[in-house]
Amino acid sequence: MTKHSLAILAGIFFVLAVGLSWTGGLSSYSQLVLMFIGINIMMSSSLNLVNGYMGEFSCGHAGFMAVGAYVTSLITVWFFTKGSVFGPNLLPPAWATVFFPFILLFGGLIAALVGLLVAIPSFRTRGDYLAIITLAVNYIVKSAIENIQAIGGARGFMGMGRVVNGMQEVADLPWMMIWTWVFVFLTILLIKRFVSSTYGKGIIAIREDEIAAEILGVNTRRAKMVAFMLSSGLAGMAGGLFAHILGYINPGSFTIMKSTEALVMVYLGGMGSLSGSVLSAVLFTLILEILRPLQLYKWVVVPLILILLMLFRTEGLLGHRELTDVFPRLRRIFGPREEIHAAL
Amino acid sequence: MPLFEVDGLTHFFGGLKAVSNFNLTFEGGELMGLIGPNGAGKTTIFNLVCGVYHPTRGEVKIGGQTLAGLFPHQVTAMGIARTFQNIRLWPEMTVLDNIRVAHNYKLNYGFLDTMFQTSRYRAAERRIDRQARDVLEILKLEDYAEELAKNLPYGLQRKVEIARALVIRPKLLLLDEPSAGMNLGEKEALIGLIRWMRKEFNLTIWLIEHEMRVVMNLCEKIQVLDFGEMIAQGTPEEIQGNPRVIEAYLGKEMD
Repeated sequence: MTKHSLAILAGIFFVLAVGLSWTGGLSSYSQLVLMFIGINIMMSSSLNLVNGYMGEFSCGHAGFMAVGAYVTSLITVWFFTKGSVFGPNLLPPAWATVFFPFILLFGGLIAALVGLLVAIPSFRTRGDYLAIITLAVNYIVKSAIENIQAIGGARGFMGMGRVVNGMQEVADLPWMMIWTWVFVFLTILLIKRFVSSTYGKGIIAIREDEIAAEILGVNTRRAKMVAFMLSSGLAGMAGGLFAHILGYINPGSFTIMKSTEALVMVYLGGMGSLSGSVLSAVLFTLILEILRPLQLYKWVVVPLILILLMLFRTEGLLGHRELTDVFPRLRRIFGPREEIHAAL
Repeated sequence: MPLFEVDGLTHFFGGLKAVSNFNLTFEGGELMGLIGPNGAGKTTIFNLVCGVYHPTRGEVKIGGQTLAGLFPHQVTAMGIARTFQNIRLWPEMTVLDNIRVAHNYKLNYGFLDTMFQTSRYRAAERRIDRQARDVLEILKLEDYAEELAKNLPYGLQRKVEIARALVIRPKLLLLDEPSAGMNLGEKEALIGLIRWMRKEFNLTIWLIEHEMRVVMNLCEKIQVLDFGEMIAQGTPEEIQGNPRVIEAYLGKEMD
């Protein structure tokens, strides 16, 4: 029973979110915030894989998000809509309903391949130098998109709204809410599975002592490659969802600012803590929305909160620990820490 | 065929000759000591064997197969495990996880197995978990399984490090100053442990050690290194009386 309670809770949340969006119980503004929470959870937990679990400092996460966003948008718009760029649609717009998740996965795959741009230098360099490489990749991606006029360049790219409309004509469901949270749960599940396997724990060993990890049999190159690709792939899927929620993307959405937001969420929640990443993504998104009436002063208050947090809790809300470690009573509901081994 | 051979191992750090024409052969089952003053090149030899450095000249072979050009994790998979001079456990991981991760050298599942938790994955994880707990039990560390490695006292951390090396089921175990920083009682326990391990797991052990009590007590044969060159080898008694060894350790006597 306890083993499944997390899945049951997630299921209840999912049904509520989708149900309320469908019946109109949630305003479209609340729906948008809820979907952004999902996107931010994907961004922070996937970045946590590299920055928290593996202990590298990647600060170009938005670059991978951009790759995913553009790849999925280009494909859906090309296939399912009539437009000036690609001409008539190749497939009936209704088919988008079925193909959308696969296109998202494909966007993630391409983002993962771009992740190799960071993974391969990481064999030979780490720390500050690797951080600069990640920053460079972020800029390369952004500048590349800006300079390809065929996909809108700096003006941005749109048409995804019509793709989503096409899906809604098949069945009038809040499709983006559904797919966002499906992929959020998928992200959490995959990261959880990865870091609780002997295979994935190799990246924690790399953080703790890379030379010892290599000498004791961890293929550190492969482990880094897998971790970077998984992380950037998930960010790419987050980007694909982001693009289809907004219906419009431009390179300016994927600058170092966006990467910094992801970094802030990781460090706010605590490195190497999956529940911390989820918690901080929820808090961060909500705080930004709640403080919106402050307008410009928001950007004084939010960093101030961060500075105070880092002064009093340097390890973040849940540094290297999960919620169940901080509140052991939760374990009665969610099962023991080593849930997977108990289950075997 | 000898179990393990080092043939003419030579290594330069820039212009500095760290190891010079070092030779060694294990037939299997030996317990060999490697001693020498600080900076003599002992740990460098271990690092060369493990693949951390690649030797300038010379070759290392295990079971007749050369280790040249292999990554350290590949050397490990060939059956060489080691511990470190300054303990290198993964401090923020539990003792059990420290042992588990050392199973990576022969993992028979991949990324997709992990993501889908296939039956192959589950069987492998079950086996790894059982083996890790077995090793902890054999070394009487089972009470600390869920403890973070950094929270253990020094002597126990050493023991966990040895346990971590043992799960690799090495043919050759390299111990780099295992008694460093231990008190008298812990050293006695260590000597007992090394003897017992050797018999229990049929190990060949190669030991770097500063502590003469430990070396003289344990090793059947000792090699002495000074400035990267082997200056003497023999039984503990022969070594103790060797004038070149005394000179290397204590300096030359004035006339």
